[in-house]
Amino acid sequence: MKRAARYIIFYSALLGLWTLLAELKIWPPYLFPTPWGVGESLYAGFQDHSYWIAIRVSMQRVLIGYGISVILGMILGLGVASNKFLEETMGGLLVSLQSLPSICWWPLALLWFGLNQNAILFVVIMGSLLSVTLAMEDGRKQMPKIFGQAGRNLGAKGFNLFWYVLLPASLPFIVSGLKQGWAFAWRSLITAEMLYLSLGLGQVLMMGRDLNDMSAVIAVMVLIIAIGYIVDGIVFKGMERHLQNKWGLTPAT
Amino acid sequence: MSTNVQKFPNQFPLPLDPRFPAHSGSPRGKVGPVSVRRPVRGVSPEIAKVGLSEICLSYRTQSGERLLALDHINLQVHAGEFVCIVGPSGCGKSTLLHLVAGLHQQTSGQILVDGTPVQGPGTDRILIFQEHGLFPWLTVGQNVEFGMKMKGVPKAEREEKTRYYLRLVHLAKFEKSYIHQLSGGMRQRVAIARALATEPDVLLMDEPFAALDAQTRDLLHDELERIWSETGRTIIFVTHNVREAIRLGDRVILMTFRPGRVKSEFPVDLPRPRHLEDPTVARAAREILDELRDEINRSLEAEYNEGVKPHVKTGVEA
Repeated sequence: MKRAARYIIFYSALLGLWTLLAELKIWPPYLFPTPWGVGESLYAGFQDHSYWIAIRVSMQRVLIGYGISVILGMILGLGVASNKFLEETMGGLLVSLQSLPSICWWPLALLWFGLNQNAILFVVIMGSLLSVTLAMEDGRKQMPKIFGQAGRNLGAKGFNLFWYVLLPASLPFIVSGLKQGWAFAWRSLITAEMLYLSLGLGQVLMMGRDLNDMSAVIAVMVLIIAIGYIVDGIVFKGMERHLQNKWGLTPAT
Repeated sequence: MSTNVQKFPNQFPLPLDPRFPAHSGSPRGKVGPVSVRRPVRGVSPEIAKVGLSEICLSYRTQSGERLLALDHINLQVHAGEFVCIVGPSGCGKSTLLHLVAGLHQQTSGQILVDGTPVQGPGTDRILIFQEHGLFPWLTVGQNVEFGMKMKGVPKAEREEKTRYYLRLVHLAKFEKSYIHQLSGGMRQRVAIARALATEPDVLLMDEPFAALDAQTRDLLHDELERIWSETGRTIIFVTHNVREAIRLGDRVILMTFRPGRVKSEFPVDLPRPRHLEDPTVARAAREILDELRDEINRSLEAEYNEGVKPHVKTGVEA
């Protein structure tokens, strides 16, 4: 209960400060919208279904892109972790590529895939693939060797060994990497959507800019934050809690 | 390679092997009453269950030099026999088990199981690790079931056998628990159940009770002996504890410190059930310990490696 009270106090203070600044009219309202202006934009956006559509389109894209990243990243990461040649050659490349913002791929993606959804997916994948790969590589190395030995000893090999032993055994070690991959995927998606008119939350945000409607811009920003927060809180926190229940309190040690 | 054979005086000759009746009921029928107290290293008329011949293992260390870990190991283990391997730490006794399990490859020599060369892991030989190696993401029941699942055993049969083996180790009530909820002794019992559930002919045990407290270990000794006599499995048991080896084994193999060789073999002719505290066990242990002590001193010398030569009177717990 105390925690809830602290939350309420903090956020009402934040909203209060915002309202105060807006009411003082230091800046004109089209530069600094009021909280209720943002609220009205949110309401209107959901009323005319444009936000629902944008959310659906964006979620669909990020799920496809992130899904592909997770599958590819796990295979790549496992390969890099278990093959010395790959580790020495590709390991360094992967790390250095991670410093590249995925939107840098945008011009190439446009040329390769054309002005369509695939270009956006490509940027999303490039944004999250490396995080997942590096996390998987790390997880495979951190994972106690005994699990793999015990699995092989009990007759698991090939795909069974990966699916029933190596993957679940490395999950506690890759959860944070998966989470980071998700965050990168989500950011890359919004960036790409802002650059190219194609529905989605990023485009709705840019539309607010074009109409000089800063309430709408902030409303979409709120939505983007909220979705990121909800996915993190529900999917990843749930996964962590689930792992902790199974493995005991500190899965990563 | 010197392998001398010593025999303990049989203090209480038993008219009948206490495991005899159980053996005849062995599910595979491979184990006969003659499996115990066979002439050591003698030519056996049948093929040994596990036969190691001229096993060598060497590997390259970080500094680039070649280290001989196992040096021409010869060992025949017969069906239904309980063989214990003792030696100082670093003698390669655990490595030897890993070789038999097929998790590593020897440099030269041959490992035969039922006359067939070992090529990789197989569910006819299951290794039980010191750190149990249970899967923390599965429940106790799912752990026990795992080997059968990999084999493709139908679900109904799997469930039935899982219950059976959990009852055998007295853990039926914990089928739905996760590993971290169990005590150390319970975990090792799950590991034993999981190993038995794949119905291996050979159980390879790598210091399975080393990390447990004395009381739990005593209990598990009793349980292991009971399970062994009920199921008739062949067991190769590695330990650094000589008394434990005598408590459990039909035969005790003593290995030398690096490179690991078979130094001597001691058939244990004491009647079962034995207890760690039995004076006969202690007496037998002393004899092995005398030989083991030299090896422990060598291993300590190697560890200190500075010319300081500590001499240990009683090196391991006897």
